[in-house]
Amino acid sequence: MARLSPSSLAVAQEIISRYPVARSALIPLLHLAQEQDGHVTEEAMAHIAELVGVAPAEVMGTCSFYEMLKRAPVGEYMVNICNGISCHLLGSSELIHHAEATLGVKPGGTTDDGKITLEAVECIAACTEAPCLQVNYRYRNRVSITDFDRLVDDLRAGTAGVAPHGKLAMVRQHIGDDRRAGAAPPDGQGQPAWLARNPSDAEAGP
Amino acid sequence: MSAPAPPDLRIITSRFEFEDGHTLAGYERTGGYGGLRRALTMAPADVHGEVRIASLLGRGGAGFPAGVKWGFCPPGVWPRYLVVNGDESEPGTYKDRLLMERDPHQLIEGCLIACYALGLSQCFLYVRGEMAHAQERLASALNEAYEAGYAGANVLGAEDFSVDITLHWGAGAYIVGEETALIESLEGNRGMPRLKPPYFPASIGLYGQPTIVNNVETLSNLPWIVANGGEAFAAMGAESSTGTRVFAVSGHVATPGVFEVPFGTTTFRDIIFDPRYAGGMRPGRTLKTFIPGGASSPWFFDEHLDLPLEKAAVDQAGSMLGSGAIVVMDDTTDVVRACHNVVRFFARESCGKCTPCREGTSWLEKILSRILAGQGRPQDLDLLMDVCDNISPGIKWPPRQTTICPLGPSAVSPIASALERFRGEFEAYLPAAAVSVATSSGAAP
Repeated sequence: MARLSPSSLAVAQEIISRYPVARSALIPLLHLAQEQDGHVTEEAMAHIAELVGVAPAEVMGTCSFYEMLKRAPVGEYMVNICNGISCHLLGSSELIHHAEATLGVKPGGTTDDGKITLEAVECIAACTEAPCLQVNYRYRNRVSITDFDRLVDDLRAGTAGVAPHGKLAMVRQHIGDDRRAGAAPPDGQGQPAWLARNPSDAEAGP
Repeated sequence: MSAPAPPDLRIITSRFEFEDGHTLAGYERTGGYGGLRRALTMAPADVHGEVRIASLLGRGGAGFPAGVKWGFCPPGVWPRYLVVNGDESEPGTYKDRLLMERDPHQLIEGCLIACYALGLSQCFLYVRGEMAHAQERLASALNEAYEAGYAGANVLGAEDFSVDITLHWGAGAYIVGEETALIESLEGNRGMPRLKPPYFPASIGLYGQPTIVNNVETLSNLPWIVANGGEAFAAMGAESSTGTRVFAVSGHVATPGVFEVPFGTTTFRDIIFDPRYAGGMRPGRTLKTFIPGGASSPWFFDEHLDLPLEKAAVDQAGSMLGSGAIVVMDDTTDVVRACHNVVRFFARESCGKCTPCREGTSWLEKILSRILAGQGRPQDLDLLMDVCDNISPGIKWPPRQTTICPLGPSAVSPIASALERFRGEFEAYLPAAAVSVATSSGAAP
């Protein structure tokens, strides 16, 4: 697969419909492509360009800026060990060295079986739970060497309970047609109706 | 020592103790959406008035008063937007993720109140890409809120008030936490900050329209403020730093944790040493230094422990409360490595738009790397300060900028702090010959 599948396309169109300007959907759509294929393919970027009405090069420009979007295949599981200051103080370097030795790869590398890509990442906001890591963006807190080894075993055995790389939230936003207020285009209507509830103050501003 | 907040004084973490605090049922059972209901009985300008009276300071890092920021929209320009900054990624910062995961409806209610008060036509809730669980908690909560009539068309049955909240998520880039970069990213672009002026997106923001960008914690305070009144909020904490604030205390402490405390009256000593909070140093260890407000802030030492967690006092002492991230280092810490860690962060996260930041941060990182590798040169410590001075002339606080956002100057803070206080530890990494040359030539200030 490469372009968005019919089911991905349906999701993509719902996402686009929530924005007043289609281009704003770019990053969520790139995630969707990554969810479908495990990484973002050139064909998917071209398809997304058509959907939001920009040149494929612009999609590439956006895609290449963000660390989570992978333009080449990665392992089924991204193991991202936090190397932020709080984790550094509590042993992240040792954990990263252990991971390199155990997996036989440097950060950025993927194991020969294609299962695991190792990365050393910046702060992931679990600073009181140092040292921490994420597997496909799911947290593991206060990770010891033993915990790490067990995690690798579980990932290889497929028993870690983590969805393959690309899948983020398991729940999507869905707005029923009867509940939708509607995207507000920048060239749209004037002052919103509810501000007229107190006409003397509504336009007062600062 | 001031008393810690009793449990009934917690505002925004009050539902963390409930298993179902993130669900609509759990939220409604504990008074949820009461602030929105009250807001809808008031004139929108009066809701804004309550937030001004509350003197709610922004909780994202800069600490700008939210009610004042809200007033910067140019009159008569419509539509206006609300963008929620949920891109928490300042090293040491861990609070917005918890607020999104554990009490997503509180944030949604805060968004609806802000939209009502200011006439904002659509809300975009930008969540950091790496926070998959926060994204799904917010998606679930939004789906519940729409279904129950709190969000979307005709909020709570009001014929004249409809607003969509659009869940958006990023893809990994610290710089996107800067509000104009956040807007660029939300427009589908590379997340690079915009040239200033205009200084506030409230004048020109998303799609060129007036846009209010507020932090997750800031907005999460609104339901309480509207339900209880701005005066009740302002009565908590200190006069210039009102309400409560959520701090994450991490690093070498006995019980690291995330604590909501009265803003402005609790001290660093309280939150680091009190057994109800971080519980002091690990057994047998002493405090060496601590970062008071995230990786961007100059470091503090023993003599700063009795400062209150209050914006003005900390600013005056030469640092900032920033994003509520206190990182504690004990006497086992290699400050050169710690300093390198923080500088490497900024070098890696520089977007590359401004030369002093792009070149400066990467040179700082390279110089520190060679010092750590035992290959430092006699002049390297002065060279570090010279590069810092080129990124932020004078190395003052608050920092002067040669760049269009504060990322570059942020890399200066850890170096200036560590070198001033622990110069000997840096020198110890220099080869013996290098140190003697540096000393005999009088290169060290």
